[in-house]
Amino acid sequence: MSWRNGQRKPRGNDRGRGDPRPSWRSLKELFASDDRRPRRGVRYNPRHRLTLVGGTLALCSVALVGRAFDVQVLNNDFYVRQGDARALREIPIPTSRGMITDRNGEPLAVSTPVESVWANPQELLKHVDRIPELAKLLGVPADYLTRKLGQRADKEFMYLKRRISPAEAQRVLDHEIPGVFSQREFRRFYPQGEALAHVLGFTNIDDRGQEGLELAFDDWLRGTPGSKRVIRDGQGRIIENVDLLKPAQPGHDLTLTIDRRIQYLAFRELRRALLEHDASSGSAVVLDVDTGEVLAMANLPSYNPNDLEGGRQDARRNRAVTDVVEPGSTMKPITIAAALASGKVTPDTIVDTSPGYMRNGPYTINDFRNYGALTVTGVITHSSNVGAAKLALKLSDDYYYKFVRQFGYGSKPGSGFPGESTGVLKSPDQWYGTDKATMAYGYGLSVTPLQVAVAYAALANGGKLIAPTFVKGQRNEAEDIIEPELAHEVLAMMQTVTERGGTATGAAILGYHVAGKTGTARKFSPQGGYSDQYVALFAGVVPVENPRFSMVVVVNEPDASAGHGYGGGAVAAPVFKNVMAGALRLMDVPPDDIETWLAAQADAQAKRIRANGGKPVADAPVLPVTVADATGAADPGLPDPVTVGGAR
Amino acid sequence: MSGRLLLTVLVLANVVTALGVVHARHRHRVLFVEVSRLEKARDELNIAFGQLQLEQATWAESNRIDQVARDRLGMKFPEGAEIVVIRP
Repeated sequence: MSWRNGQRKPRGNDRGRGDPRPSWRSLKELFASDDRRPRRGVRYNPRHRLTLVGGTLALCSVALVGRAFDVQVLNNDFYVRQGDARALREIPIPTSRGMITDRNGEPLAVSTPVESVWANPQELLKHVDRIPELAKLLGVPADYLTRKLGQRADKEFMYLKRRISPAEAQRVLDHEIPGVFSQREFRRFYPQGEALAHVLGFTNIDDRGQEGLELAFDDWLRGTPGSKRVIRDGQGRIIENVDLLKPAQPGHDLTLTIDRRIQYLAFRELRRALLEHDASSGSAVVLDVDTGEVLAMANLPSYNPNDLEGGRQDARRNRAVTDVVEPGSTMKPITIAAALASGKVTPDTIVDTSPGYMRNGPYTINDFRNYGALTVTGVITHSSNVGAAKLALKLSDDYYYKFVRQFGYGSKPGSGFPGESTGVLKSPDQWYGTDKATMAYGYGLSVTPLQVAVAYAALANGGKLIAPTFVKGQRNEAEDIIEPELAHEVLAMMQTVTERGGTATGAAILGYHVAGKTGTARKFSPQGGYSDQYVALFAGVVPVENPRFSMVVVVNEPDASAGHGYGGGAVAAPVFKNVMAGALRLMDVPPDDIETWLAAQADAQAKRIRANGGKPVADAPVLPVTVADATGAADPGLPDPVTVGGAR
Repeated sequence: MSGRLLLTVLVLANVVTALGVVHARHRHRVLFVEVSRLEKARDELNIAFGQLQLEQATWAESNRIDQVARDRLGMKFPEGAEIVVIRP
C-alpha cells in the first residue's frame, strides 16, 4: 500500500503547485532534436504534448495501482498460498494404535515405536564413496544398494530399512551419511505369540488391522494422526512451531473378555492332544455361561503374529469361528431337549434301541453296540444314535427345525468376529426323507465350534441364549429359548455322561459335577461320501449346579492307529478336563461335589496307610502351610506332598 | 474538539491493541513450543511405559512361567489325591 501512495504524491504535488518549470525545461531538452527539425503542417504545442505524456504515465500508474490492488487485496489468495508454500509446512503428528489387553489388563497387543531409515537418492548419489559403508551398516551387498539407488535416482524418497529398533537406526544415523534419515513408525507386538494369534489377528506394515479383532475393531484402535503447522527454512529444518491444526488422537485401548491364563491352558492342552493323537488341526472355545463372554479361543495349527514372513496361510484362520464340522453326538442333547419340550416324552420314557441298528431309507443307523431298552436319559449316557433318531421321528419336521435353529445353528453367532460362519442347517423343505433322523445324532448339518459352545451355554444358563462377545463390558441381550426346568433336566442327563458308565469319564473333574457330551463325526471325503477320517468333539459345561463355563473341544483327524482311540471321549474329553480344572481353580469357582472329593481323599489316605504298613499317617496339615513345606513338596524324598486348595 | 479527542483515543487504542496482538501472538508461540515439548515428553513416557509393559508381558509369558516353574523350580501340579479338603 505504501508505495502506491508514494507514487501518487509527487504527481499531485507537481500539478498542485502549478510550477511545472523544472520538468518542462528538461522535457524541452529531451525534445530538442524535434525543435530543430522543421515540420510543415504540424503545429507544435508543448502543453498538449505534456498533457499527452503525463496522461499516459498517469494511466500506467493507475493500471499498476489497480493491478497491485487486485493482487494484494481482491485476489490475494494465490500469492498468499505461494508464499506460505515456501515457508509454512503442515506436518503430521504420528500417533500410536491402542493397546489390546485381556480381561485382567494384561497386554496382548502393544504398539511400540520403531524407526524406518530412508534416503534421499538424489543427495546420497552425490556421495557415491559412502555407499559401501552404508550397505555394510544395513547388511545388504553394496552393488545391490547401488542398483536400487540408481533405479530411484530421480526420486527424493526411498526406504532403506523399515521397522528396526531405535538403537539400530541410531547406529546408522551416527555415521552421518548425507541424505540418510530416519522416521518414526509404530509396530505391533503380541506378547502371547501363537497362543492368541487367531483371535487378535494382526496388522499390516501401515498399522491397519488385517485379521481377527485387529480388523474388527480397527476404527476403534486406530488413532487419527494430528497435524501442526511449522515454519521451515530453505534447508527444510523446522524453525518454529506455529500452530496446532489438529491434535493427534491416540487409538483407544480395547479390553477383551479373554483370560490370558485360561487361553494359554486351552492352547497348551489342545496342542498336547494334537501331538498325542497325531491330529491335523483343532479348536477349543471357552465361554462364560452367564455373560456370553469368550474366555478363551484356541486353534491349531497356529502362527507367530510377531513374524509373519512365510508360514502357512491356512494356519491363520480362526477355525473356531470360520470352520464348520458336523456336530455328531454333541447334537443329541438338543434333540432330546426338543423331544422333552414337545411333551411327548419324559426323562424316564423307555426307548427301545434294539437290535442296535435301524433302517433309515437307504442307510443304516448303527449304535456302538445293542443297548436294548434305554430311558431317554440312557440315550444320552450311552450316546445311542438309534435312540436319538427314534426320538426325533416323534417330532414334526417344522417343530424340530425351529427348535434347533433357536440354539443359533444355521445363523451367525453375532460375536462381531470377521468371517463368522453361519454353519449349514437346511430348512425342512430341503430335507430328504432321512434327514431328520440323521440330524438327530448330528449328521446332515454343520456348525462351528463357537456355535456349539453358545448352544451349550444356553442349556447351562437356564435356556437363555446369549450371543458371544469378545469385548469386556459389552453384554448381549439374552433370549429365552427353552424353559429353565427343561434346561436343568437336560443338564442333569448330560451329567451322567461323565460319570461312571458314561462315554466321557475322562472329562470328569474331581470336586465338580460336569455335564457334557462327546461327539465323533466321520469326515466327508473329497471323493464323496464319508471317509475314514474322524472329527472328535467334546462339549460340556461345569459346574452343573450354577454353571460357569461352557467349553467345546474339536480335534480334527486324530490318528486312530496311534492306539489312543479316535472318539470324542478319548481325544477331546481330556482336553476339556485339564482346561476346565485349571479354569475353575483360576476363577475361584467353589466345588459343587465335595462328597466325591472327600471320598477320593479317604481312598488316598487308606492307600497311604496301607503303604505305610498299617500305621496311621499324619492327618490333614495345619494351616498355614509354611514356605518350607511348599518347597519340600518338590523333593521326592520327603513324605507325601500336601497342597492346600479347594473348599473355603 | 471532542472529535479530535475521540480520534486520539481511538488511535491510542488501536496502537495498544496492536501491541496486544503482537504480545498474544508471541505468548501463543512460546506456549505452543512449551506444550509441544511437554507432549513430546508425555509421549516418550508413554512409549517407555508401553515398552516396559511389553517386556513384562514377555517375561510373564505363560509358556515361560510354566517351564521355569517345572524345570528350574521343580514345581508340579498337585494330583487329585494330594489335595486336602478342609472342612470348617
